[in-house]
Amino acid sequence: MTRATLRRFLPLGLFLGLALMLGVGLTLKPREVPSPFIGKPAPAFTLPRLDDPARQLTPGALQGQVWVLNIWASWCAPCREEHPVLVSAAKAQQVPIVGMNYKDDPRNAQEWLLRLGDPYQVSLVDRDGRAAIDYGVYGVPETFVIDKAGVVRFKHIGPLTAEVWQRDLLPLIQRLKG
Amino acid sequence: MRAAALHLLTGLALAAGAALAAPATDTAADPALEARVNEVAAELRCLVCQNQSLADSHAPLAIDLKNQVREQLQAGHSAQEVVDYMTARYGDFVRYRPAWQAKTLLLWCGPLLLVLAGVALLWRALARQQRTQAAEPALDADAAARADRLLDATGP
Repeated sequence: MTRATLRRFLPLGLFLGLALMLGVGLTLKPREVPSPFIGKPAPAFTLPRLDDPARQLTPGALQGQVWVLNIWASWCAPCREEHPVLVSAAKAQQVPIVGMNYKDDPRNAQEWLLRLGDPYQVSLVDRDGRAAIDYGVYGVPETFVIDKAGVVRFKHIGPLTAEVWQRDLLPLIQRLKG
Repeated sequence: MRAAALHLLTGLALAAGAALAAPATDTAADPALEARVNEVAAELRCLVCQNQSLADSHAPLAIDLKNQVREQLQAGHSAQEVVDYMTARYGDFVRYRPAWQAKTLLLWCGPLLLVLAGVALLWRALARQQRTQAAEPALDADAAARADRLLDATGP
């Protein structure tokens, strides 16, 4: 290729390069901040149960099994959107799901579970949102997959859809169980 | 009697005003601490409204996180320890001023590299222009005289 043709196609090349970069940029999701906990032990918490505040639960109690931690609130509209996905997963007994009720009125939370179905093996109350902050939660709903050793393996930010559950969570859960 | 009632009402109104103002005096109790809280909060990103710092944001989570900053500073932690605490939970993205790391090198140096590339291009273009000017044959006396005549002819 001669210098002249190179020079002629240089602007086109620059344009294509820029278009490619911007195109890739469009597919990124800046709202989904990668969690620093992937591959690290799940942060500890001691939280009262929604059904019986006198009883508490720590993640240590779930050691030895794969489980899902779902952070939700009755005031959160996207939580309502994902709720049926959790209910059907619970019905199929695919994995124990632990609910963390985030900055909510426990009465509203209980009413929500009564009305819409309760997919949670245990529901915990994080009234002041501190346990959620320890998990790096910045917008409910968020969902974590935690393995038998208590290590965080996956985080989903935003409402779960049936598609996300089938594509991302279920295969991972089955692999971790196996 | 009416005067007494009026006094009572004024007193109540003042008391109510004082009660409403109470939360504000709470934060003003320690202006030095509050200044430090704001300083640290300005270095942290609000995860909800990502183009704002914690100091600028009024999102509920930002307020919670700012309270954590205040608590930790009060407990004697350094500003760096507070930033590390947030980074451990929310990742490097929580730092409003990105850290100087291998993977942020392009971010920090990119603008400078672009300026340098621009200067280099300008330099080359100017050098080429000078070369072509120098290569042009100088005007001989005949041609100069002709040019003068032409210019005079077009004058008024």
